[in-house]
Formats: sequence, structure tokens, C-alpha cells
Amino acid sequence: MTELERYQDPLTIQRLLRSASTIAVVGLSGNELRASNFVGYYLKRHGYRVIPVNPRETEILGELSHRSLLEVPVPVDIVNVFRAPDALPAIAREAVTIHAGALWCQFSVINEEAARIAEDGGVTVIMDRCLKVEHARYVGRMHWLGFNTGRITSVREGLQ
Amino acid sequence: MTGERNLLEAARAFGFETRQLHAGQRPDPNTGARAVPIFQTTSYVFEDPESAGAYFNLQEYGNTYSRIMNPTVAVFEERMANLEGGAGAVAFASGIAAQAAALFTLLEPGDHVVSSSALYGGTINQLKHLLRKMSVELTWVDPDDPDAWRKAARANTKAFFAETIGNPAGNVLDIETVASLAHDHELPLIVDNTFATPYLCRPIEWGADIVIHSATKFIGGHGTSIGGVVVDAGTFDWSNGRFPVIANPSPAYHGLQFHETFGTYGYLMKLRAETLRDLGGTLAPLNAFLFLQGLETLSLRMERHVDNARAVAAFLESHELASHVTYPGLPGSGYRLLVEKYLPRGAGAVFSFDCAGGRDGGQDLIRSVTLWSHLANVGDAKSLIIHPASTTHRQLNDAELEAAGVGSGTIRLSVGTESVDDLIWDLEQALAHVR
Repeated sequence: MTELERYQDPLTIQRLLRSASTIAVVGLSGNELRASNFVGYYLKRHGYRVIPVNPRETEILGELSHRSLLEVPVPVDIVNVFRAPDALPAIAREAVTIHAGALWCQFSVINEEAARIAEDGGVTVIMDRCLKVEHARYVGRMHWLGFNTGRITSVREGLQ
Repeated sequence: MTGERNLLEAARAFGFETRQLHAGQRPDPNTGARAVPIFQTTSYVFEDPESAGAYFNLQEYGNTYSRIMNPTVAVFEERMANLEGGAGAVAFASGIAAQAAALFTLLEPGDHVVSSSALYGGTINQLKHLLRKMSVELTWVDPDDPDAWRKAARANTKAFFAETIGNPAGNVLDIETVASLAHDHELPLIVDNTFATPYLCRPIEWGADIVIHSATKFIGGHGTSIGGVVVDAGTFDWSNGRFPVIANPSPAYHGLQFHETFGTYGYLMKLRAETLRDLGGTLAPLNAFLFLQGLETLSLRMERHVDNARAVAAFLESHELASHVTYPGLPGSGYRLLVEKYLPRGAGAVFSFDCAGGRDGGQDLIRSVTLWSHLANVGDAKSLIIHPASTTHRQLNDAELEAAGVGSGTIRLSVGTESVDDLIWDLEQALAHVR
């Protein structure tokens, strides 16, 4: 667990959420009932440019789907992964190749080798965390539905 | 504008007393209001059709209708989840509604529940009669006997259920052991933590999966409002094959797979978006506000409740007309080791004793008190007294009364925060009137 916590640092998570603009979602499903589609839809709704990476689809959430990260034609701030853990090392290598800012692996998408590859290549790693949940925790409205954000603050934020 | 302030929040493990004041609430972004605003509204204006669709599809966290969510109620829910150490919470109009909803979310006809027999009488009624109407079977077990829990589990069992401190007999649940037995059978343990409150015990830390409260009691703390809440730890694996009702596509929500889609939050989403939607039983915003006021002083009140309860229990134990004082915090209690483990700050403030003279003696005592209030509630800052066999546990037969630890002369006390000398004075003068 302590190894994983290295990849779950709250300050790193907040910096990524606030600085990223383009998010490539590897394994994004075209099925509206799948978790990855919920996350992609949510991120797009909150102003991020969402780029699907899924060789089995041509268009998802109104965006052209790419066969691999290497085919994404624009700089990527976050690579968000919805794939089995054993697919992670190859994805990490591609993330390094395209100079992605961060490799963000969803719940249970855990692979130490991939984390090492990404870190050695200068890519920030977040692992076993949901990008939608973390956005909803720090920026969004997760608290509107009674979920425990863990946040304690008396700072007044701007209009929502 | 937040000006020069650093937007990043440090990850600090804030203390309980800080969290009981702050968790779930930030200053209102529109007005700056420091107290929690009471959002007395049934519904919410949508920004546009797409946003409305996203809220109803659960693709975005949004307010639609106050039967299902409300910003004031949400502060209470998050604060309870935070204090109990859960992933989230859903509030209800009563503790009984919360309990029914927690069970309805995971049960189907033909299922089976194993429950402690030492429970609040209203809970016994609900489990015994309401579950039968749903064609759900039930097995009562002695909560103090691990073998009884083990032997009662069947292929169609869906949950173990118990109270942290049994009402009114004061059984202290060996939470870690019973949670482990439940998990051996791939079942969740549901614990009613009303009598302990999260200040005295946090069942999730000992392995419980779902925690229920009657917020009416110590959480509100002032006897003003009825309400309840379900807190989910968010760690139970609903995809283990025993819970198709949560893991499979839901016909009640256009095929949504709650566990797969929401993971940690799947049970809570289903509890809110289906069970609360369909059963109603919604907590009113004003009551949520009053519960939040109560939570702000929870630790302070519980410390005083516990101190007073210890003193009153010790007084009764030494009185010749009182016997079977069930306060688990007494040094001679059979639950002493469990209290040391699970309730180190105190064993709550509700317990019973047997008054000499049986039913007549008990009624004499209740007629003669002048400071203790004779009523059917517990957890008020004011001290309360009642005769369970003729009130809260009246619908139970003799065998059920015995299993619940209630005799004909049993008196239940909820020790308040008054001057403890006055509480003892009143009991002493009233006991002098017992025939």
C-alpha cells in the first residue's frame, strides 16, 4: 500500500486537475453504460479536451478515436487508462514517447513496472485513483450527493 | 476571487472535533454564509437540457429533486460519512427508514438475513414482519455467540445485522469477529451504531461494511427531529457473485451496472438513485440542519453523557431495589473486555436495570420521578426513562422479550447531561416510592 500511496499524492492530483487541458483516454468505451464512458463524458463536460484511444471505435463522445497514443496529433497533458494492468507497460512507453505530462491509471489498473517506465521517462504517475472522482472531489460537486470528499476548508471559493 | 491564496489543499488527518464542525461544508460560494444554509426547495433549475439529462443519467453530480438529494441534507450526509470513516452516506426521514432502505438495496425475494436478537423493538418488528412481506427469511442469533452467526449463514444469506450496543440490554458486539465471520461467507456486516455514535466507536474501522444510525438520538442530541442515515464503507465487493441485484444491469435504471460503473460508490448510488427514489422517506432540510447543529457538539455531549451514565449506573448497582444493571461500562460487566477494545471512551449512556416489584415496581418508579422524562426516546440531552415491556418492546412475545434482555420490571434509562447529583437524587427519591 505504501508503494501505491506514492502515486496518490493529493497535491500532485490537484496540480494535474488544475493545469491539464487535453486528456487522452485509453480504453474509452463507446457504450454509454460503461464506466470509462461516464468518465470521458464528465471530463468533456468540465472543459477538458477528451481524445479517445480505442482501435475498435472510430468516434466516441463526438471525438475521433485513435488506434494508439502515438497517433494522437496534439500534446497530451494526461493519459487516462481504462485497460487491464498487464497492458500498462506498453501504454507507459507510448506515454513517454509522446512526452505526456502524466499517466493516470484508474481504480485497480495497477502495474509497478509501468509506473517505473513512466517515471523514468519523466511522466508523472497517478495509480488506483479515478480521474472523475478526484475532479469531483477538488473541483466538482461530489459533495452534492453526500460522498465523503475528505476535504476540510473554510476558504470561500467563487461562484460554482 | 480567491486572490493570492494557494488553491491546493494539504492532505492533513484532521481530528474528530475539527471534522464534527467542518466536514461536508464549505462557506457558501454564493453568499459566504458560514452556517449551513437551509435549502428549503423541492427542485432545482437546470442550466440547459443536456445538463438535466446528465444529472438524471448520473453522469454528473447534480441536484434534480429534493426527494433524492438536497444541499443541506448533503452536508449532513458527508459529515456523517466523514466521522464514521465511510465513502459516503444517504440520509432518511427516520432511522427505521434508513434501515429498511439499506436492506432493500441488497435484498430480493427468497433471500435470507441473519440478525442479532438483542435489538431495539422497532427494529425487531421491521426485520420480523416487513422482511416476511418481502418473502425474505430471517434467523435470529445470540449476538454474543460467534458459533451462532457462523451456523446461521446459508447460501441465500445476504447480510449479518447487529447493534454496536444492544437496546436495551447493553450487549456489546464483537464487531471484528462478527465482521470476519460475515466476510468468510462473502457477506456484508451491517451495524446500527446509534448508541455509540462515531465518537465512541467507528464500526467500519473494525470491519463493518455498512453503518446505520437513528440520527434522532445522540446525533441530533436535543430531541427535536426524527431522522436516520446509512453510511457505506465503500469496500465491500458486490461483484462476488452473491449480489446480482447490485452487480448486474439494473432494470430500474435503464440497465446501469452500479458496481461496475461507480465502483466504491456503487452501493451508495443505488441506495440513493433507486431505493430512496422509490421508497421516499427523505430527510427534510430543516431536520438535517438541526442534526448538523447537534453534530457540532457531539464529542462534548458524549463525554458528559458517558460520565453521568457511569455515575448513575454505579448508584443503581449499589441500591437494594435495583438489580441487573446492564451498563456495559460498569467494572463488573461481562462485556468489560469488549468495552475496552471497542468503546475505550465510554460505553454510551443508555442501559436498563430491573426494579424490585416487577411490573408494579417499575411503574411506581416511573410515576415518582420528577426530573427524568417518561417518554419513548433515547439520546436526548435531557434524561429519559421508560418501561420497555409496556412501550418500546410491547409487540414482542415473552421469548422475544427474554432474547432482547427485557423483563417485566425492566426500566430503560437514557442518561442526559444534567447535573449528575440531581439525576441520582431523583432516582433515589423515586425508588423510595417503590412498593
